[in-house]
Amino acid sequence: MEQFFQQLTNGLAVGGIYALIALGYTMVYGVMKLINFAHGDLFTLGSYLGLSLLTSLALTENIGAFMGVIALAILVMALVGIVGVVLERAAYRPLRESPRLSAVVSALGASIVLSNGIMLIYGAKYLFYPQNILPSMTIPIFGLPVPLMRIIILVTSLVMMAALYLFIQKTTIGTAIRAAAIDQGAARLMGINVDMVIMMVFMIGPALGGAAGLMVGLYYGNINFTMGWVYGLKAFTAAILGGIGNIPGAMVGGILLGVIESLGAAYISLAWKDAIAFFVLILILIVRPTGLLGERVAEKV
Amino acid sequence: MKTKQIITAYAVTIILFLCCPAFLNRYWVDVLNNVGLYAILGLSLNVILGYAGLFNMGHAAFYAIGAYTAAILNTKFGVPVLLLIPVAGVFAAVFAAVVARPIIHLRGDYLLIVTIGMVEILRIALINDLFGITGGSNGIYGIGRPEIFGFKIKKPHEFFYLIWLFVAITVFFFNRLENSRFGRALNFLREDEVAAEGSGINTAWYKLLAFILGAFWAGMTGVLYATKMNFISPESFNFWESVVIFMIVILGGSGSIMGVILGAFLVVGLPEVFRDFANARMLFFGAAMIVMMIFRNEGLIPPKPKKFVLDA
Repeated sequence: MEQFFQQLTNGLAVGGIYALIALGYTMVYGVMKLINFAHGDLFTLGSYLGLSLLTSLALTENIGAFMGVIALAILVMALVGIVGVVLERAAYRPLRESPRLSAVVSALGASIVLSNGIMLIYGAKYLFYPQNILPSMTIPIFGLPVPLMRIIILVTSLVMMAALYLFIQKTTIGTAIRAAAIDQGAARLMGINVDMVIMMVFMIGPALGGAAGLMVGLYYGNINFTMGWVYGLKAFTAAILGGIGNIPGAMVGGILLGVIESLGAAYISLAWKDAIAFFVLILILIVRPTGLLGERVAEKV
Repeated sequence: MKTKQIITAYAVTIILFLCCPAFLNRYWVDVLNNVGLYAILGLSLNVILGYAGLFNMGHAAFYAIGAYTAAILNTKFGVPVLLLIPVAGVFAAVFAAVVARPIIHLRGDYLLIVTIGMVEILRIALINDLFGITGGSNGIYGIGRPEIFGFKIKKPHEFFYLIWLFVAITVFFFNRLENSRFGRALNFLREDEVAAEGSGINTAWYKLLAFILGAFWAGMTGVLYATKMNFISPESFNFWESVVIFMIVILGGSGSIMGVILGAFLVVGLPEVFRDFANARMLFFGAAMIVMMIFRNEGLIPPKPKKFVLDA
């Protein structure tokens, strides 16, 4: 029972991270119908930038652990968001009218550029976050100890997701994003600046991914330039699981996948942990390609 | 007149190329061998990606099945390597048929993601020593060398001729394929699936056939790789291997045989020339992919449009 509970909370924390990354995929896919393969590497960039800023600015020592981490998160999100916008300008905007394969290949190229750029700057070895930035204590829930870090990750990601959901549903820019996702041409005719919408999407998505990168750094302690690929694929699986293009779907899919993976690793096989997400991916695409909360995905003829 | 000159030029190039091993050291001959292997792999992926337009990024899986089939049958049962070439091809083809059947209807980028998932699952399965015959993450050692009439092929110089003979066979075969009913049907469904279906082409069946044929060829190439290296491990068939094969086809010119061969020389051969910048080479290729897609998205040597002359 204790093991089950520990795996469950671990799965929820990891799921929150997957969900944050998945939001970036699903928003870009919703508006541009493009799988942004570089998104996983923007996530990696977030964790590396987090480490650099953490060691160079010493925020946590100057303004306290919690305020320091919050300031760090805001900085990382802003920087990764800017990189996302630059990426869209450089690699995707010139291909807006091209065949789909061109954009997909360009996205793959961007992914390779980013991950290898990180490797050239930071080296290929694992880097380590300093220990105990946040107090490593446990909080009892139902009489069982739960590490504080897991609770912080889950709560932070839920707060960010809720904020994003409200932003998309209630604000004018959010409405414009939803309109552009349904029909770009019609949105443009209604006076929506679709270029601006795409820029917003490429700022918000990578910013959330960058925050997830920082969380992974703080949670696991070690980061590597190739990790974005696996996290990216799993988050993409989460986005499909929930229904791609659907923002609540990405949240549900992410958390569900995190829990499935964590429990699967504990009760089925630890060696096959990384394959679980891919089995889920293939299964969902065969059985229910629209995902759990799916919108239409049928190709327009 | 003009065609004659072109044929002469081709003949001279080929003869010069075949004399290469005489002037090069072991290292560079081995580089050419790798170029040859990747050219065959690229050409086999070209059937799926170039002719049929199916985004398959799990080609390394078929290659791996071929290599592992050969390694297991050779080391456990002592079957001669050359005999295993078609056998491994059949194993890879059967694997492709089973795996591709349920996912063949997925469109574009979904297929891409699922094939990535396929190659990753296979790699994890190989590492976890599935059925206890794959040797886990250590792989399999001591794969035999090919033997023709008592002559054992061991040195890179000897492998050069075996591999490039296979390239020649591949080029001949796929050139015939390109102009066949099958090849035209694949091109049709790449250009317009609905129209192809409307013209009586069983698109699902043809897509599956493209997968099976591409996998068959990649499986055979896997045997060449296994026997050349003497040893295989799951890391030889990871996802990046698939990306390299994919890049060869896309950068060279998908659907064009000459383009794919040029792509193999550029993607596999060129980094060897610039070995001093080995770390930055992937960065360079990533940037090249973006730039190519923006300025020349059909690849360096795109296929020539087909001409059909009507009898007057």
